[in-house]
Amino acid sequence: MADMAIILQQAQRSLVIARKDIRIYYSKGPVVIFGILFPVFLFLSFTIGRQLAVDFMIPGLVGMILFFTATSISPIVVPWEAQARTLERLMSCPVRIETIIIGDILASFAFGVGISVLPIILGLFLGVTISNSVIFALALILAAFCFASLGNVFSIPPTNMPSTVNMISSVVKFPVVFISGIFIPLDQLPAWGQAIAYISPLTYFTDIARGCIQGRAHLPVAVDLLVLLAFTALFLVVAMKLHQKTMPRRI
Amino acid sequence: MDNDVAIQVVNLTKYYGELLAVDHISFTVRRRELFGFLGPNGAGKTTTVRMLTGVIKADEGGASILGYRAGSLKAKQVAGVVPEIANAYADLSGWNNLMLMSELYGIPASEARQRGASLLQDMGLFPRKNDAVKAYSKGMKQRLILCMALVSDPEVLFLDEPTSGLDVQSARLIKDLLQGLNAKGKTIFLTTHDMDEANQLCDRVAIINKGRIVAIDAPEKLRMATSATHSVEVSFDNVVSPEVLVNIPGVNTVKKLGDKYRLYTANPGELVVSLVNYSSSHGLKVISLNILEPSLEDAFVALTEKEAKHG
Repeated sequence: MADMAIILQQAQRSLVIARKDIRIYYSKGPVVIFGILFPVFLFLSFTIGRQLAVDFMIPGLVGMILFFTATSISPIVVPWEAQARTLERLMSCPVRIETIIIGDILASFAFGVGISVLPIILGLFLGVTISNSVIFALALILAAFCFASLGNVFSIPPTNMPSTVNMISSVVKFPVVFISGIFIPLDQLPAWGQAIAYISPLTYFTDIARGCIQGRAHLPVAVDLLVLLAFTALFLVVAMKLHQKTMPRRI
Repeated sequence: MDNDVAIQVVNLTKYYGELLAVDHISFTVRRRELFGFLGPNGAGKTTTVRMLTGVIKADEGGASILGYRAGSLKAKQVAGVVPEIANAYADLSGWNNLMLMSELYGIPASEARQRGASLLQDMGLFPRKNDAVKAYSKGMKQRLILCMALVSDPEVLFLDEPTSGLDVQSARLIKDLLQGLNAKGKTIFLTTHDMDEANQLCDRVAIINKGRIVAIDAPEKLRMATSATHSVEVSFDNVVSPEVLVNIPGVNTVKKLGDKYRLYTANPGELVVSLVNYSSSHGLKVISLNILEPSLEDAFVALTEKEAKHG
């Protein structure tokens, strides 16, 4: 019972940390640039001038925006706080390092979900239909949490320069976008391309999105959801274990 | 666990790679005590505070705060912390920073609002409570950080150099507040390199050098224990060379301080007589003559230098 009370208390404090992150970091330059402007312009550069169907474009656009927005806040919060000298104060509060990590992930998750609603509304406005909205919503939520956790993994190296962390995350994020079925559907990729695509968590969300909007999924929905869940668990465990080691070294 | 013990430190040790930053230190701070932790830069003060407040882990030994293991949630819950180099969130208002802290400590909202307003009033920040912290001066920021440490009404307060680099008014305000809190029964652990501050505020001080505790006692006892640092401060109406003064019987060392000389001696009474005799025999007029007791700073220098020689 005592353990459950502590878990609930720490969960509540994670929400407090997430609310603080939302107030402070949503309007920061790197978040707006890397989280919103970059994916929009990247997508436009690949689609303008090509005769692509709207129901092909929207799943890709949603996937890319979700991936970039959900990974835009969680990597920079810890280095930003260390640089701004607010981290030591936070760490001396009655919160665990895991509580801080979950709070940062939740802020990034909410940003990802909130912004991704916009391309979905755009798609509905342009006439696309979502065949299974419950599965689609579930996948969106799970993928946002998965990507936010991945973003947090990027901030593990104990550098206090948010720009360095952004560079590390960009090195990973850009190739991931190209191998995840955003621009070329999985079933049009060669076998070696598909093999690479399977190591990207974004592949599985895009597959569900294409299934729900285009009616053309490459893998069964249950497999996509389970793999997303497994990636989320992996990123969470890695983030929590390694931040335990590196966070005190930032002080 | 003795109920009168607030902080118990046993064999606490921290390495940074090969460097032994804190070397198996042990001490006890009693409840309601204002305990000073003095040391030169790099002595291990901040590392010790960070281990006590749970920000970093000890490599050996341990500590407890009101009986709770240092670093545990319960130990953090009963402590308030003002880290050495800390900022409030610059994008948030002073008020929102305070409320954030109260939520992280699980303080009910109505209680937090009441205490927050009272603290901001006491610290002279209430009229600026809704301004973003980035518009605050350094002194205002430090006063706000102290309010953030106090909003949970902690039993034990850790402060790492809280008045360092502040203007006189802010430093005075903080010192007065600490004395008031101590009078109300709070235990205060204060690191500083300001000897006057330690002398004015602390019931006891520990002196740490190169990671080791070299002395723990009341400031007055430490001061008086440093018998070799009695001195006489004298100024004459004419120039006298230090080489002449050092030859006066009883003088160990001579230090020029502006238009005065400080003469260190083991026997200040005899030295005063010698100085008066010297001045009358050489046609000099004594402008001022003061016998100085050793200061806490003298004790600190003597103790840390002794440690350096032995180290």
